[in-house]
Amino acid sequence: MTTLRLTLVSILLCGVLYVPAILAFGKTVVPEKANGSLVISTNGKIVGSRLIAQSFISPRYFHPRPSACDYNAQAASGSNLSPTNPELTKRAQEIILVNQADASRPIPADLVTASGSGLDPHITRAAAEFQIDRIAAARGLDAQTIRALLPNGPLVNVLEINLALDQAKR
Amino acid sequence: MNPLLYSIAFVLIVGALAWPLGAWLTWTLKTDKLDPLLNPLLGKGIKKSSGWKNYFLSLLGFNAALFIITWLVLANQQNLPLNPDGMKSVPWHLVFNTTVSFVTNTNLQHYSGEATYSYLSQLTLMWLQFTSAATGIAALAALARGLSGNRDFGNFIYDTARILILFLLPLSTLWALIYVCVGVPMTFEGSATATTLEGATQMIARGPVAAFLAIKQLGTNGGGFFGPNSTHPFENPNFISNVISMIAIPIIPMACVRTFGAILGKPRHAQVIGAVMLAFLLIKVTVTVIPESAATAAFQHLPVAAAANLEGKELRFGAATGPLWAVLTTSTSNGSVGAMHDSLNPLSLLGPFSGLWLNSTFGGVGVGMINFFLFMILAVFVAGLMVGRTPEYLGKKVEAREMSLAAAAFIVHPLLILSGTALFAMTPMGASTIHNAGPRGFSEILYEFSSSAANNGSGLEGLGDATIPWNIATGIVMLLGRYLPIILPLAIAGSLAAKPRVAESSGTLRTDTTTFGLMVFAVILFLGALTFFPVALLGPVLEHLSMIH
Repeated sequence: MTTLRLTLVSILLCGVLYVPAILAFGKTVVPEKANGSLVISTNGKIVGSRLIAQSFISPRYFHPRPSACDYNAQAASGSNLSPTNPELTKRAQEIILVNQADASRPIPADLVTASGSGLDPHITRAAAEFQIDRIAAARGLDAQTIRALLPNGPLVNVLEINLALDQAKR
Repeated sequence: MNPLLYSIAFVLIVGALAWPLGAWLTWTLKTDKLDPLLNPLLGKGIKKSSGWKNYFLSLLGFNAALFIITWLVLANQQNLPLNPDGMKSVPWHLVFNTTVSFVTNTNLQHYSGEATYSYLSQLTLMWLQFTSAATGIAALAALARGLSGNRDFGNFIYDTARILILFLLPLSTLWALIYVCVGVPMTFEGSATATTLEGATQMIARGPVAAFLAIKQLGTNGGGFFGPNSTHPFENPNFISNVISMIAIPIIPMACVRTFGAILGKPRHAQVIGAVMLAFLLIKVTVTVIPESAATAAFQHLPVAAAANLEGKELRFGAATGPLWAVLTTSTSNGSVGAMHDSLNPLSLLGPFSGLWLNSTFGGVGVGMINFFLFMILAVFVAGLMVGRTPEYLGKKVEAREMSLAAAAFIVHPLLILSGTALFAMTPMGASTIHNAGPRGFSEILYEFSSSAANNGSGLEGLGDATIPWNIATGIVMLLGRYLPIILPLAIAGSLAAKPRVAESSGTLRTDTTTFGLMVFAVILFLGALTFFPVALLGPVLEHLSMIH
């Protein structure tokens, strides 16, 4: 039966040749990335992945974008709310209230929109600037010190900037 | 850069990259270099060529074997190895849906990968991503051989083996290596346990993603390793992974056009086809990128800084990715997503919907070109009626038998979509599963059937589709939407191949001219528009009108 032979050959090609080859390459050439870009603290504990958003609720930290899956990295998802869904407006209103945004200090759009994965590790630079005063007050630091920690470029990785914040206090 | 110009430039560049790839694919289908390896592995019979019926039966037999093995693995994953996160048993109707979905190159997913399937199950699905893509390309090779006037359609086993070894595996290896270098995980370890800076615990799912991702994008499969597909940072970590994914999505469907022309021995014919497909693709890109650059209506009266619609989108890909990806993935039967389609602005849905409905510009690997062939048969028929001559295609008379088959093949797609949508929109089977109320809810149902029939796999994912009725209905639609549009065109080619060639005269509609291109363009536009115009009004257009009201 050539059909069964082809089936078997295709299993061997994919499972015994292709997958192990990619695995061996990843584990030897870029092991840190192949394992999920994990961030290890100085005491050897896993703090998170630099690619995956995690929850930050303390005023002392930069907050990520809202997450439709509550930052559950074992069940990622977006909100799937359409622009005409009143839930989308309601969620934004609540965030605006908490952050005391108004016409003179509008909230950056990424802070009121959930990403597709619910795990977007970034916020825009504007969204980071928007949070600086709160963090400065909570930490007793001046705003300029915190602003100096922000990386160049339009996006800020929330976990990385929060690690930098914790280091700055020492 | 202006998102529209960026998107158009992107499509043209990928088109240019696809042209040499088409020559590679053609070589793959003609070479006998692998014979010393394949003869002992697969047996001497592989060089024996067959008519279209045997070719199709061989295709069907291989797909049946894929189906049975995958069903057994998925249904018993809790007792099988490579399950570090302890995934449990999966209900039979979801096993049915998933298996059909991946055998048919659809990759519709009524589950979240990281919460449902073990690594062994996921890799079994990856194996189907290879084999189903090879099946589609093989079907096109057979069709082209038949149309070239040959009664010898080739050998399915021989074709599939060469496509896998010489084409799909080398390309996927290249893509997988790039993916792993830019941060896509490749590991068999289970979820990582992290303690966050605030002291909470976060479990982070990972897995052999890079190997899976490469063929997912290249083979117009589109099934995500994780629930939110290519919006997930592990499936698309940065700008580079995003760009190479968007290159991978259309490149093989584009290459298939050149291969079709090369097997026919009519490269100019392929250029005309490519131009018509490209025109449609660029129109869809334009009508999607423009409305999606607008802010979401939800924040109209709120103190939110001006920005494009960011709901359902990641920040790291840049502004044009959402709509461009949405068009590429729906126009090529891929179905992976770079933004949540359910959160797109209402009018931005028309481009993706058109991609699913036409399903041939450029369409899935192999099968997109086959679908386009049907439109060409319809076009020469309409042209024949206009001038009162018996229509011809490539020197063969297109007569009643071919037209009956073509009409039957054409009607399959709208019939599956519209009757399925009507049934589910009218009953709680669909009406009780929608996520967004009103016209968007209707769009969710319509999209699910359109995506299934087109073997696409993307969705307006708010839809609660993990139910028995949805799993069974879309499973059946995927099967019919896969195999009918393969067998009917092969039958037409078989019928044409048996006819004598007619001499070309001044009255012949030449297939390598602008006139022919415009004729096919018009036929696709009018047939597509007339068929789906009413439902487009009921879904996206009505939602847009309600929004501006």
